[in-house]
Amino acid sequence: MNRQISRIALVALLLLASLIVATTYWQSWEAPTLAAKQDNAIERVAQFRIRRGLIYASDGKTVLAANVAKKSAGQTLFFRRYPTHGLASQVVGYSTQGRSRAGIEREENAYLTASNANLGTIFDKLTDSLKGTTVRGNNLVLNLRVKAQKIAETALQGKCGAAVVLNPKTGQVYVMASAPGYDPNKVESSTGFASILKSPSACPGSSSALYNRATQGLYAPGSTFKTVTVTAALESGKYTPNSSFYDPGYCTEYGVPIHNALDQNGPEQFGNVDLEQAFIHSINAVFCDLGIKLGAQAILDTARQFGFYSSPPIELPPSEVAASGPYDFAQHKLITNPRVLDPGRMAFGQDKLLVTPLQMALVAAAVANNGTIMKPHLVDKVTSPTGGTVVKVHPEVWKHAMKPQIAAEINQMMQGVVQSGTGTAAQIPGVKVAGKTGTAETGEPNVYTAWFIFFAPADNPQVAGAIAVEHQLNGFGGAIAAPIAKQLMQAILTPASKH
Amino acid sequence: MGARELNLGYRNRELLYLAVVGVLTGIGFASVYIARQSLVSWGSLGYAVFFFALYLAAHLVTRLTVPNADPYLLPMAGLLTAIGVTEIYRLGASDAFKQGLWIVVGVTLFAFALWRLRRDYRILEQYKYLFGIGAIALLFLPRVPGIGTTVNGARLWVHVAGFTFQPGEFSKIFLIVFLAAYLREKRELLAQARLKDVGPLLVIWGACMLVLVSSNDLGSGLLYFGIFLAMLYVATARLSFVFGGIVLFLAGGFVAYEKIPHVHERVTIWLQPWTTQKVFCPSTGGLALRQDCESYQLVKSLYSIANGGFGGTGLGKGTFTSTNGVQLIPYVNSDFIYSALAQELGLVGAAALLLVFMLFVARGMKIALQADDGFSKLLAAGLTFGFALQTFIIVGGVLRIIPLTGITLPFVSYGGSSVVANFLLLAGLLLVSDRANSSR
Repeated sequence: MNRQISRIALVALLLLASLIVATTYWQSWEAPTLAAKQDNAIERVAQFRIRRGLIYASDGKTVLAANVAKKSAGQTLFFRRYPTHGLASQVVGYSTQGRSRAGIEREENAYLTASNANLGTIFDKLTDSLKGTTVRGNNLVLNLRVKAQKIAETALQGKCGAAVVLNPKTGQVYVMASAPGYDPNKVESSTGFASILKSPSACPGSSSALYNRATQGLYAPGSTFKTVTVTAALESGKYTPNSSFYDPGYCTEYGVPIHNALDQNGPEQFGNVDLEQAFIHSINAVFCDLGIKLGAQAILDTARQFGFYSSPPIELPPSEVAASGPYDFAQHKLITNPRVLDPGRMAFGQDKLLVTPLQMALVAAAVANNGTIMKPHLVDKVTSPTGGTVVKVHPEVWKHAMKPQIAAEINQMMQGVVQSGTGTAAQIPGVKVAGKTGTAETGEPNVYTAWFIFFAPADNPQVAGAIAVEHQLNGFGGAIAAPIAKQLMQAILTPASKH
Repeated sequence: MGARELNLGYRNRELLYLAVVGVLTGIGFASVYIARQSLVSWGSLGYAVFFFALYLAAHLVTRLTVPNADPYLLPMAGLLTAIGVTEIYRLGASDAFKQGLWIVVGVTLFAFALWRLRRDYRILEQYKYLFGIGAIALLFLPRVPGIGTTVNGARLWVHVAGFTFQPGEFSKIFLIVFLAAYLREKRELLAQARLKDVGPLLVIWGACMLVLVSSNDLGSGLLYFGIFLAMLYVATARLSFVFGGIVLFLAGGFVAYEKIPHVHERVTIWLQPWTTQKVFCPSTGGLALRQDCESYQLVKSLYSIANGGFGGTGLGKGTFTSTNGVQLIPYVNSDFIYSALAQELGLVGAAALLLVFMLFVARGMKIALQADDGFSKLLAAGLTFGFALQTFIIVGGVLRIIPLTGITLPFVSYGGSSVVANFLLLAGLLLVSDRANSSR
C-alpha cells in the first residue's frame, strides 16, 4: 500500500502548494488591480487611517485640501476637508468614504497616501508604522495661482464654461477653472451630492458641476481652430501670410452657400484679402475655401501634431481628460477617416470637431513657444511630511506642432487679431497680446460657445490660455471670452502678484 | 540505541517545540494588544500562559499514553490553534473566549481518546458498521425537526440544550474509521470490482451524498468524496476507481449545476465574481453588480488578501470594519479566517501558515507509510488526506481556485465542532504513530 500512500501524499502536498501559489498571485501579481477596484471597501477604509498629504496652491500657503481626525471603533481615521470650499474644485477633486475619489485626489492618491515607490517615502512610512504612529502622506504643491484662479472663477460665475492659463515655456498650469464649481465638502452627504449632480440652470441640459469642463468639456472650437488650419496651410508650403484670396461673403460647398458670420449689417463681405487679413477678421468664406483646397487629411495631420486625438498628459485621472478631434456624435468616438468629414466647415472649426479648452490652450501655447508644446503640469512638487522635496516636476516637451518660423508668422497674425481684428477687447496697455476669437455654433439657433485663445507678451510669452463660455445667446468670443482672458493675463503678468 | 532513550527523545522534543509555540503565542497576543490598545496588558500573557498550560497537560497525556508517537504533530496543532485564537481574539474578544473553551473540550476528548485506546486502537475495527451507520446518523441529525437549524442556506447545525454543533465534522472521522476497517477487510475482493463487495460501499457513499446535496453542504460533499476515492485507491491500487469516481463526480457536478440553483450560483460566482453590468440579484430580487450582491463575500475577502501584500499589515492592524464599525467580510472568523490572516500576516505569514499545514500532512503520511497493518495505514492516510483536502477546499475556495463552499479551516477557524473533531483526528494519528514506532 505504501506506493499508493506516497502518491496520495504527493497529491495532498501539491494541493496545498497550489494554495501558496494562488496566495502569491493575489498578494503580488493581482494586488494593484484589486486595490484599484472601486468597490474595494478595505482599501478605502485602510486609506482613511493614513493622514493624507495636504494640497497647496502655488504660494505654498493656501491649503486646498486638509484633514480632520475622528475616532471610530477604536481607531483614528482621517477625513478630508476642503478649506476653500471649492477653489479649483474639479482640479483638486475629492476623497470621501462613500464615493471614492476624483481629480488630483484620485490621480495622485499614491503620493497623498505615501504608497508611491520612492525610497525616501518608503523609509518614512516604515518608520511611521514601526513607531506605531499614523502613516503620513506626501504633500502636493500645485502650480495654481490663487488670485488668478479666483478671478477666473468669479468671471465665470453664473455661467458654464472653462478657463485654462498656463506657462507656454514650462507647461505650468496657473489657472484651471470650470464653471459651475462645487463645494467638495458636500460630496459626502447624499443631498449635497444630489445638488452637485443637478444640471446647472445657466446652461440647461449641460453636464453637472462635477464635470471638469477644462479637460472633459467637448465644444466646437469655432474660429479658434483657424489657428490650426492656418498652420496646415503654411506648413504645406503652398501659402504664405500674404497669399491672396477673394471673399464673396460666402463659400459654396456641395452647391450650398455657407455665409460669413453676421455683424450689425448682415453677413460681412471683404472682397480681396490676404491670408493674414482673413485670419485677423476671421473670414469663414476664405477658410472654407482654404480647407477645401488643403483637404481634410492635411488639416487632421496638423491637428494631430498639436495633440488632437490624444489626451493631454496632465495629472488628472484618464477618465477626466478627453481627447480633441472630429467626433462621431452617435458613437462618441473619434473619427479617423477624412472622407466622412467636410473640410470646408472643419477649416473654421465646425463640422464634427469637438475640442477641450485645455487642448485649445495648448494650441495657443504652441504658437507662443516657437511651435513646441510643453507637457501641462498641475503639480509643481511633491514634498514629504518632514519638509523635504520628494519630486520636483521639470518642464518636458510634449509635441512639436510646427516649425519656429511658422510659429513666428502665426504669432504676428494673432497679434493682429487683438490689435485690429475681432479680439480688441483683450488689449492690455503696454503689453503685446496675441489671440484668436471663436464663436462656435452649437446646433441650437443663436446659441454659441464663446471662445478666446491667447498668449502674452507676444515677444516673450509668459502666459497662454483658452477661455470657453458655453450657452451664449448671440454672444461672441471677442465680447464674452476676450475680456476674461485680459483679466487673467493682467493678474499673472503684474509683477506684484506673483502668486 | 535503546528504545527507551528514543522515546524520551521524542517526548522531550515535543516539549521543546511546545515551549516555542508558547512563546510565539505570547508574542502574537502581545502584538494584538499593542496594536489595538497601544499598551501591553497582562491579559495577553494570561492567554499565552493558559495555552501553554493546556498543551503541557496534553503533552503529559501523550507522555503517558503514546510515548513513541511523532513529536511534531501536537506542537503543530498547538501552533495552528494558537494562530487561530489570536486572530479570532483580534476580530472579537468574546468569540476567542468561546473558542478557548472549545479547545479545552477538544484537548480533554483528545486525552480521553488516547487513554481509552492506548493499548490497542485496532479494537475500533470491530465496530466498523457502528461507525458507518453512526456517520450517516450524524449527517441526518440536523434534519431532525426541532433540533436542526439552518445557517447561511445550509442545514448543518444541531441545537441541543443551549449548545450548537455541527455533527458533520464528527461524521467525517467516523466515516474514515469505517472505510479504513471495511477496506482493510475487503481490499482483495474490492480489487476485483464485484458488485457484491462494492455494494455496501456504494450504499454508504450514496447515502452521504444524498444527505449532503439535500442539505446544500457542497464543500463537505466534495471532502467526503475525495476521502472516499483516496482511501479506495490506497486499498485497491486501482486507478480506474479513481478516474471512474472523478468522472462520476464531474457528471454529478454538472447535473447539480444545471438543476440546483444553489450550486449554479456558486459556480457563477466562482467564474465571474465581477460584472461590469448589473445582473439579477437573487437576494434582493432587483438588479445589481455581482460584486455588490452574490459574490460580495468572495470579492471582499480577495480584497482583504490583496491588501496584505508581501509583509501584511501586522497583527491587529488590518482592516475588517468600515469607518463606522460595520464588519466588511461576513463570517470572517470562520470560513474566511484565511483572508483575515493573509491581510495581517501578508504573503510571508500566509505561506508560513500553509507550510505548517503541509508539514502536518507530510508527518501524517509518514505515519501511514510506517504503520504495519492495513487498518492503521488506511486510517492514518485517510485522516491525513481528509485534513489536507479540507484545507484545500476552504482556502482554495477563498483564493478562487475552486468554487467557494463554506467549511472550516482545521484548527484555525472559529467553530467548536471543528476544533474538537480535529483533536480526535490528531489523537488517531498519534495512536497509529506510537504503535508503528513501538514495534520497530
